[in-house]
Amino acid sequence: MAKKIGPLDIYNYLPKTNCGECGEKTCMAFASQLIERAVKLEDCPTLKQPNFAGRYYSLKEMLAPSVKEVIVGFGDKAVKIGGEEIIFRHELTYFNKTAIALDVHDEMNDDELLERVRYVNDFCFKRIGEELTLDLVAIRSTSNDPDRFAQCVSKVLDEVKKPLILCSWNPSVLEAGLKIVGHERPLIYAATKDTWEWVGRLAVKYNCPVVAFADDNMAELKSVVKALVSMGVEDIVLDPGSHVEGKYLANTFGNFVASRRTAIWNKDIGYPLLGVPATVWLSGGDASKEVMIAAIMIDKYADLIILHTPEIWALLPIITLRQNIYTDPRKPVAVEAGLRRFGNPDENSPVLMTTNFALTYYTVASDLESAGVDCYLLVIDTEGLGVEASVAGGKLDAFKANEAIKNSGIEEEVKHRKIIIPGFSARISGDLEIQSGWEVLVGPRDSSSIEDFIEKKWSGLA
Amino acid sequence: MTNALDLTELIKMLEKVEEIELENIDMIAGEVGFILPTISAIKRASVKKAEYLDLDFEIPLANFPSEVLEVELGATKANGGTRENVIKVGGERTMPFYNFEALNPNEPVIAFDVFDTKIHLAGPVRKHFEDVLEDPAEWAKRCVDKYGADMVTIHLISTDPAIKDTSAREAAKTVEDVLQAVKVPIMIGGSGNPDKDPEVLEKAAEAAAGERCVINSASMSLDYKRIAKACLDYGHVVLSWTSLDINDQKTLNKYLIDLGIKREDIIMDPTTAALGYGLEYSFSIMERIRLAALKGDKDLQMPIASGTTNAWGAREAWMENPEWGDREKRGPLWEAVTALTLCLAGSDLFMMMNPTAMQLFRDVIKCLCGFKETGSLDIKDWIGMR
Ligand code: B12
Ligand code: SF4
Repeated sequence: MAKKIGPLDIYNYLPKTNCGECGEKTCMAFASQLIERAVKLEDCPTLKQPNFAGRYYSLKEMLAPSVKEVIVGFGDKAVKIGGEEIIFRHELTYFNKTAIALDVHDEMNDDELLERVRYVNDFCFKRIGEELTLDLVAIRSTSNDPDRFAQCVSKVLDEVKKPLILCSWNPSVLEAGLKIVGHERPLIYAATKDTWEWVGRLAVKYNCPVVAFADDNMAELKSVVKALVSMGVEDIVLDPGSHVEGKYLANTFGNFVASRRTAIWNKDIGYPLLGVPATVWLSGGDASKEVMIAAIMIDKYADLIILHTPEIWALLPIITLRQNIYTDPRKPVAVEAGLRRFGNPDENSPVLMTTNFALTYYTVASDLESAGVDCYLLVIDTEGLGVEASVAGGKLDAFKANEAIKNSGIEEEVKHRKIIIPGFSARISGDLEIQSGWEVLVGPRDSSSIEDFIEKKWSGLA
Repeated sequence: MTNALDLTELIKMLEKVEEIELENIDMIAGEVGFILPTISAIKRASVKKAEYLDLDFEIPLANFPSEVLEVELGATKANGGTRENVIKVGGERTMPFYNFEALNPNEPVIAFDVFDTKIHLAGPVRKHFEDVLEDPAEWAKRCVDKYGADMVTIHLISTDPAIKDTSAREAAKTVEDVLQAVKVPIMIGGSGNPDKDPEVLEKAAEAAAGERCVINSASMSLDYKRIAKACLDYGHVVLSWTSLDINDQKTLNKYLIDLGIKREDIIMDPTTAALGYGLEYSFSIMERIRLAALKGDKDLQMPIASGTTNAWGAREAWMENPEWGDREKRGPLWEAVTALTLCLAGSDLFMMMNPTAMQLFRDVIKCLCGFKETGSLDIKDWIGMR
């Protein structure tokens, strides 16, 4: 295993002036932040001076992630993949979430083709305050005809707002596609033992990232990669082959794990990994099976996956899993505490309470928005814990809730003194009434029935 | 070179020149070794000598020094019970499905949930059990005979004073009925009421004496000493349940061992948060527990169980919503993806409730175990798929 670089190793190369211009108090603090990847080398102005070039490059090299960060696409269409540093997410965090591509092919009719492209463009699912999207379009050449492929690529290009993956085993087909879109840094799929030289040349000529492919053969994959490197190709993505049946699925899984270990422990073939769950459709699979394969790949190391199904019920678990696995374990996902308004509340509007755990807040907020009620929501600082966990852990009690009521200014906003608290915090209701002098209504356990509750319980009261 | 140059310009210069002078550049020892490769990388772009060499690839191995304990569930006649088969869980030598490193001995186990009274179930689950919801024995049979569950868990929720306040004695009868109805090993769960559960689980353990059931559960929030004693007295395995806290899990395991429970008679449940509702907490805690076990932490070497059924608490699983697509497909996937993800993190035993979810999950884990033979497919054909 390669030795892990510590803050001291980094510190030795820093200017050691503790000038503080980077925003950190000392160079040593800056060094720790660099290792955590919370800051960039360029944040230290001194390092940017030419006489520090040597140190700058040394640091750059020392801090380069074990899995190279590869950029697909160009400008505001760019997607970053790879850049990973660890095997298990609790060791630090995973950095660039698995990018998701949906496929089209060059024999689709125009309507179908463009509809699918627009679907990818517009796909946006809001969850916990984050917009979950699809990230690329993969164009497969089913025709194996360079002209046809080029036509398809240019039709897609007119419409697409995401980067592309050009897929063919035939280099002349790839070349035809690159003539159209080569200036936008598509990902070239793929270079093999047989085609590496031609495809590699295209990658250099168009300055595009390229996938190295070998079917369940890691030695061959490594050989293709090194051949590409020998021609000056820098941005490579690994596809060890995506088998989805029987023991071959086990091999594929093993290859993904082996690649990541090799990158991180041995600092060898450190490139992002590509998985193709779409291969389930080759053997009578279906979208559910495709989801399961995608889940394995997201859990263990794929940096990019190509999917075939556009079904929302299939994509929903996939993008949710990706959001979970790529959540940074170092920081609680919290929102700012305080008083929020929904709709146009007045002095008679209901007042509700919740915690500042992002998942809790956004769930409640979206329920209030879709219910369309005018109300106030008092968000309590529970250090990013949800309702149940914060009540159980003592982060939400009557004392805290009362303080929040008094400090929020809500007593100036409404005439009444009634607050709806989450069902799971029922046990604080008695104490809260005594301390605050407010009447406490214990709401439902799940915020999806808030609308109903307000209709039945509040309207009668107010 | 002047000091006014900025780095990008410097790089541009380096690209042009064949040789550069390094004077005027502040360096410290060892640094030349770094800067030179960078420069040569820049130059390489123009002078490339392409070649393909047949290289070897060696998988780096972790060589874990220790392993997970193997726990036996159920007792056959020979061992004083009436089960037809015994199930082994745990025994891992490496992380799940790292077959290149070691073959883990046992497949993940799936236990189906059965309740002792009619409860509210999500539509996609209910439709499979609609006619047996008031008959736990029939419900258990359906799980095993029709859907192929490895085990069943009988949850004695009706004993909760807030539900039906069924007596411990009556609940014990239900356990006997289930033991009669199915021949697989079973788990026995309480209602979650910390005051009532010890009594209920004691009586249930007694009724199932000698069957080597899993008693669900001992936790810090109730009198776990009584649960532990019941397991000791009547020969059962104890489920040691904590809430997403690795230190709590260690502590509770130690307490149980101090009470005389053998390490081979414990399964851990570090809590399952569902997909979209904190799954990442469960994922990382299970990975940490499993890695600790493989590295030799004796207090964490028990197999891990997951209450995968929690997935049905997620609204994306149960709620009808046209914007989320077909619930009949989405719900089971929610459960199956939760199971699969935690399986990859190290969980061995899965409490589940939807037959479709179980099927999806089981199909892929059978493959991942590496035992399942199939013909090889030419996956390169995926590009040409129409
Ligand atoms: C993830 C999780 C954690 C995470 C915390 C994540 C976080 N940031 O909150 C971690 C690992 C940190 C954690 C810690 C603990 N946890 Co915990 N945890 C969970 C888990 C798995 C999911 C909770 C969750 O995120 N739910 C989703 C959110 C959105 O739910 P919510 O906040 O409750 O919001 C919903 C409702 O309350 C309601 N709602 C919210 N606001 C409002 C407002 C109004 C007006 C209304 C009407 C409704 C409403 O609608 C929302 C959507 O449904 C649950 C088990 C489960 N339920 O699956 C246990 C659970 C909550 N944890 C529990 C415990 C005991 C703890 C700990 C005390 C354990 C410990 N060993 O220390 C600690 C406490 C924290 C601390 N250190 O102080 C117990 C609580 C038992 C109880 N009821 O007393 C639970 C139920 C597990 C269990 N069964 O034992 N936990
Ligand atoms: S700006 Fe540079 S020199 Fe100044 S404290 Fe930060 S790291 Fe040190």
